Amino acid sequence: MLSVEHVSKVYETRHGPYKVFDDVSFTLERGRNLGILGRNGAGKSTMIRLISGAERPTTGRIRRGMRVSWPLAFAGAFAHNLTGLDNLKFVCRVYGIGYKPLVPFVEDFTELGMFFREPVMHYSFGMMTRLAFALSMAIEFDCFLIDEAMIVGDARFHERCHYELFQKRKDRAFILVSHDVNSIKTYCENAAVLSDGQLLSFPNVDAAYAFYLETLAQKPEAIEQWRM
Amino acid sequence: MATNIESPFLHSLAIQFRVLHALMMRELITRYGRDNLGVLWLVGEPMIFTLGVTTLWTAAGLAHGGTGMPIVAFAVTGYSSVLMWRNAATQCSGGIEQNKPLLFHRGVLIIDVFLTRIALEIIGATSSFIALSFLFIFIGWMPVPDNLLVVMAGWFMLAWFGASLALLIGAGTAYSPIVYRLWHPTAYLLFPMSGAAFMVEWLPTKLQNLVLFLPMVHGVELLRQGYFGSVVRTHHDIGYMAECCLILMLCGLYVVREASRRVEF
Repeated sequence: MLSVEHVSKVYETRHGPYKVFDDVSFTLERGRNLGILGRNGAGKSTMIRLISGAERPTTGRIRRGMRVSWPLAFAGAFAHNLTGLDNLKFVCRVYGIGYKPLVPFVEDFTELGMFFREPVMHYSFGMMTRLAFALSMAIEFDCFLIDEAMIVGDARFHERCHYELFQKRKDRAFILVSHDVNSIKTYCENAAVLSDGQLLSFPNVDAAYAFYLETLAQKPEAIEQWRM
Repeated sequence: MATNIESPFLHSLAIQFRVLHALMMRELITRYGRDNLGVLWLVGEPMIFTLGVTTLWTAAGLAHGGTGMPIVAFAVTGYSSVLMWRNAATQCSGGIEQNKPLLFHRGVLIIDVFLTRIALEIIGATSSFIALSFLFIFIGWMPVPDNLLVVMAGWFMLAWFGASLALLIGAGTAYSPIVYRLWHPTAYLLFPMSGAAFMVEWLPTKLQNLVLFLPMVHGVELLRQGYFGSVVRTHHDIGYMAECCLILMLCGLYVVREASRRVEF
């Protein structure tokens, strides 16, 4: 089980402390999933960073009773003169598994051809995203963190991501953050909305969607009744 | 992901080693690439520096003092010592910024980033020192060390000092970028005072007392005591240097722990 307990996150800004979250709590059981809706700047990516452990909460704690992934398709950790293969080796070393059995899958999924053994500085953005996604799939996790904004590609790429994630690994838990309600409706059994530093929970995805539309139309008084 | 349930400590230790291994391999390739000498530059770079400085100092006749000090050995021991206390801190001062995205892998902590860079600098400087010593001893420009154990003790003290300083400087950059800005001029200004280019014995007493406040001076003196033996008179108080290193290391470790809460993206 993943449990986020009374988590607050404060950033220092030039205008004094800025609170991204205030006392956010939720849990996610193995095999379950949660969609988090939020407008631009609501703190979706910050939430993903906190859950992944890259950043620490200011107060509160996050307990991970299962193996939680790094943000899916995160390409920021690529060093420009490492090859695709080097990057595969690196994550395999960090997670303590052998890289050799994974080479065919990564080569096949990324369709990089000879570029798999070339430095990533020669990659296009699309190639980089495919490699990043494939590496996220190469390591076995119980819970995936998905920031929809990171998974950018053509229709074929999306189809293959969909297959790898929601069909081959449909028994896994995941948290999907997005500002777009369609993907959350398609994939998630539960949804919450990040708004004004609060994570608001709803009985079903449709209720979350309705509320989200309201906040898009700037109705902050609606927030109180849904506080978690 | 094998888990060692019986001993959480051994399990954590295993994670520690595989993360350090992964970071080291990555760092070597990102820094030196695969072209030409590749990872040999880890040793080649400090060797070239040391050779250059040795040439300059020889040309300038720096080893005065009428002690009959062999100039090449003086320069090699001196500049190698500088590499030991200075380079790890310089590398760690950019460590967080350059490796931040790696923190998305939960096994990777900022202390791993620092330990990797410290280890690589120590390996590089030590190999360079050994390689140059062998070379110059072989062609007869340098004497054989008088007492190898004392040389190793001095080297160890310099490594300890360099590593502790690196933790402190590296983690300090998470508090303020000023630490990064200030470290470089500080390192530059400390160099002439660090005992690399002089023996404490050559200085007036007043200056001796001042310069002996700097911990690395004691390490360099001990190293030279070991290398030259009774040919030179050295001034060192290893107890004092150990105290400084211990305090620096504890402060460094504390700041590293606090810094990991401060890393922001």
